[in-house]
Amino acid sequence: MAEKKSALVTGGSRGIGRAIALELASEGMNVAVNYAGSEAKANAVVDEIKAAGGHAIAIQANVGNMDEVQGMMKEVIAEFGSLEVLVNNAGITRDNLLMRMKEQEWDDVINTNLKGVFNCTKSVTRQMMKQRYGRIINVASVVGVAGNAGQANYVAAKAGVIGLTKTTAKELASRNITVNALAPGFIETDMTDELSDEVKSGMKGQIPLGRLGAAEDIAKAVKFLSSDDANYITGQTLHIDGGMVM
Amino acid sequence: MADTLERVTKIIVDRLGVEAAEVKPEASFKDDLGADSLDVVELVMELEDEFDMEISDEDAEKIVTVGDVIDYINSQN
Repeated sequence: MAEKKSALVTGGSRGIGRAIALELASEGMNVAVNYAGSEAKANAVVDEIKAAGGHAIAIQANVGNMDEVQGMMKEVIAEFGSLEVLVNNAGITRDNLLMRMKEQEWDDVINTNLKGVFNCTKSVTRQMMKQRYGRIINVASVVGVAGNAGQANYVAAKAGVIGLTKTTAKELASRNITVNALAPGFIETDMTDELSDEVKSGMKGQIPLGRLGAAEDIAKAVKFLSSDDANYITGQTLHIDGGMVM
Repeated sequence: MADTLERVTKIIVDRLGVEAAEVKPEASFKDDLGADSLDVVELVMELEDEFDMEISDEDAEKIVTVGDVIDYINSQN
C-alpha cells in the first residue's frame, strides 16, 4: 500500500460529502473532491484542505455517466499514484408521491444514486485489486431500510445500494477490499434544510436521541471504516440515525 | 524478448501459484489450474499490461484454457 492513502469522495462539495472530505484529509489522506455542478463549493473544500497542509483536487464528473467516471478515475490515479478509499456519497432527491412521480424523477434519482455507485465501484475495482487493498464506503440511508412515503425513487435507490454493497463485498473480499454502507438518518444539510419546521419537528419525534445528526457524525464513521481498525468489517450497513431505525 | 508462451507462463505461475510444467495449452484455468472467476479477470488484466493491449469483455469470456490465451495474443499481432 502507498505510504499516504488517497481517497475519492463523490459529491464532496457540500453537506455530508464535504464533511467526509475534510475528515479524511485531516487523517492525512490525499483527497479528490468530486462534484457535478458546484464547482465553486468544491474548490472551497479543496482550498480548506490545502490551507490545513493537505493535498486535494477538485474533479468534475456526473457519477451517472460511465465515461465521465472512468475519466475521473484515471485522472485521480494519475494525480495521487494510488486510490485506497472510495466514498460513494453523491446523491440527489426528487421527492413526490408515487402516484404523482414522473418517470424523469424516478430515472434521475436511480441514475445518480444507484447507477452512480455501480459506475464508480466498477471503475475503481481494477486499481484496488492490483493494490490488494481497498476500502469502499457507500452512503445509503435509513429510509433504504425502513421505507419513506414520498420518496419511492430515493428509497429504491438506497435499498439498491445496500444490496450492491453486500454483493461487492462478497466478490472482492479475497482481494482485501472491504465494502460497507452507512445509513444516515436525518442529518442537518442543504437537503434537509429545505424541509418545513413542521416536518423537522415531526422527524425529531421519531428519533430516540431527540435531535438531528450532524454531517460530522457520518464523517467519523467513514474515518473508522476507511482505517485499519475496520479491517474485519465488510458487507455491513451501519446506521447513524440517533436510534431512529433499529 | 521472451516468446509469448514463456511470458504467459510466467504470469500464470506468479498469479496462480502453479508449477510451470502444469501450464500446458490444453490446461483449463478453472478446472486444472485452480483459478476462480476473479483470478481469470485478474489474469486478463495482467495480460493486457504485459502485452499492451485491451481484451474486450466478450473476448475475455471466451478464454478457458492456456491455449486460448496464446491463440488470442497471436491473433492480435
